[in-house]
Amino acid sequence: MSLDEADIAALFVTLKLAGLTTLILLLLGTPLAWWLARSKWRYKFLLEALIALPLVLPPTVLGFYLLITLGPNGPLGSLSQALGGPSLAFTFTGLVIGSVFYSMPFVIQPLQNAFAAIGSRPLEVAATLRASPLDRFFTIAVPLARSGFLTATVLGFAHTIGEFGVVLMIGGNIPGETQVLSIAIYDHVEALEYGQAHLLSGGLLLLSFLMLILVYAVNRRFSLVQQ
Amino acid sequence: MTIQARFELHKEDFSLDVDLHIPARGVTALFGPSGCGKTTLLRAIAGLEHCPQGFLQIDGMCWQKEKLFVPPHQRSLGYVFQEASLFPHLNVRHNLEYGLKRVPVAERRVPLDRAIELLGISPLLARKPHKLSGGERQRVAIARALAVSPRLMLMDEPLAALDLARKQEIFPYLESLHRELDIPVIYVSHSPDEVARLADHLVLMEAGGISASGPITDMLTRLDLPLSQGGDAETLIEATVSEHDEVYKLTYLDFPGGRFTVAYKDLPVGTKVRLRIIARDVSITLEHQSNTSILNIFPATVDKIVPAGSAQVTVRLLAGNVPILSRITRKSAALLDLTPGKAVYAQAKSVALLA
Repeated sequence: MSLDEADIAALFVTLKLAGLTTLILLLLGTPLAWWLARSKWRYKFLLEALIALPLVLPPTVLGFYLLITLGPNGPLGSLSQALGGPSLAFTFTGLVIGSVFYSMPFVIQPLQNAFAAIGSRPLEVAATLRASPLDRFFTIAVPLARSGFLTATVLGFAHTIGEFGVVLMIGGNIPGETQVLSIAIYDHVEALEYGQAHLLSGGLLLLSFLMLILVYAVNRRFSLVQQ
Repeated sequence: MTIQARFELHKEDFSLDVDLHIPARGVTALFGPSGCGKTTLLRAIAGLEHCPQGFLQIDGMCWQKEKLFVPPHQRSLGYVFQEASLFPHLNVRHNLEYGLKRVPVAERRVPLDRAIELLGISPLLARKPHKLSGGERQRVAIARALAVSPRLMLMDEPLAALDLARKQEIFPYLESLHRELDIPVIYVSHSPDEVARLADHLVLMEAGGISASGPITDMLTRLDLPLSQGGDAETLIEATVSEHDEVYKLTYLDFPGGRFTVAYKDLPVGTKVRLRIIARDVSITLEHQSNTSILNIFPATVDKIVPAGSAQVTVRLLAGNVPILSRITRKSAALLDLTPGKAVYAQAKSVALLA
């Protein structure tokens, strides 16, 4: 029993999707999480609720609206077409956009919590030691929030790997393009290829467990050191 | 050579309204009960608290005026917080270097080695903050603030979070800073003992405002201020080591009102020291007592008498124009018929040499 060509392609699409999504979320989410952690804006809770929405929304609902938005008649789809590109539905780009929304709370929330846990004191100390706001962010806030970054990275990555409903709605099932592991597993089960399904499912189970072990083990060490 | 600050800040449950003028040298203590605005004033001076319409000028440098607001990281100041607040991800050396690295080489006047030596922390350099005791952490925090060669040092009750033993551990270091570095310090405290030992200038704060300000020796003996009315009223006297008595192991100290005799202290002749006399330890006689074990007796005149509670009075004496407080019973004052201008003798039962 071994992986066939389509499974290997699905594995690569999945890793590429999860990697790219996590990277985009870290780049966009870090400043947003920093702002959410520090801002005293009174309507901040609205934004927080919006970011948390993918946690409770059925993925098919999210996927449905994304399909409308990314499709040829949707705002993003028609924009893409106006710029000479394809409609974004059923493309890898569309999948990345969908995944960014789907995994957003898993990256933003750990970062926001980690930034909030630092408190203002270390940053004030750094200010009295001549560090500019940007300097303070990179030399104090980021190192002190490193366990939050680790959690955000692993959760964002793992959660994107496990995505199914959104992908099915907006990505379809194009092998080598938008077919990801979770959908490949579904296909194998449909075709009664339980051996293949076992292999992929077991692999994902092991991978997810290992990543979470890493997060908890490293965070435990951080908290022992920083107490 | 002055520090001028004007701040007004109104919050829901607190307001600050101060106009501060203090010398830009030595240690100025901001003294007052908790919640009187000491820390807020200190934070406003650092720029950590933004008071619109504030004014702040340190020895000719303007840090805040009308629209001008120099952000904290561009102010040449060192700030020591109540909790040491070392960066937990950096070891002691990197904590010390954090500020130093951000100061242009030309402005570095306090070498790092000097700061390390002054605070006695060289054995700790490789350690992480969580491996240090509370007292050690605070010493590192003080050295870290010093290492940026600040034009002004702000200290917010740096000893308040420490137990008595740790306080005793740090005190000598604070006193040596005071002696050896020419950096003005604003020191927030609600401990009369710390103030007596460290301050040259005293600012009394109450309910968000300044109630009085002046040189420490004057402030402690002003009968219109609360300091002279409590049970621990005291006098500070600046004196100079004049002679040692090797036979009786004594040290003589001169001040404008006479000569103090204290237990031998290994200080060179000419050293300026500060003596503390608790008002309760000063008794008054009309004639010079010769049949007494008390050595420190000075001719003085009664300057002013105010009641202290129902049974006692505080008497302000002048010995060679140096004020000394005495706390005696109302009955004694009546028996001695003390009135302003009367010539008496002040007997100090015990005298503490502070530095």
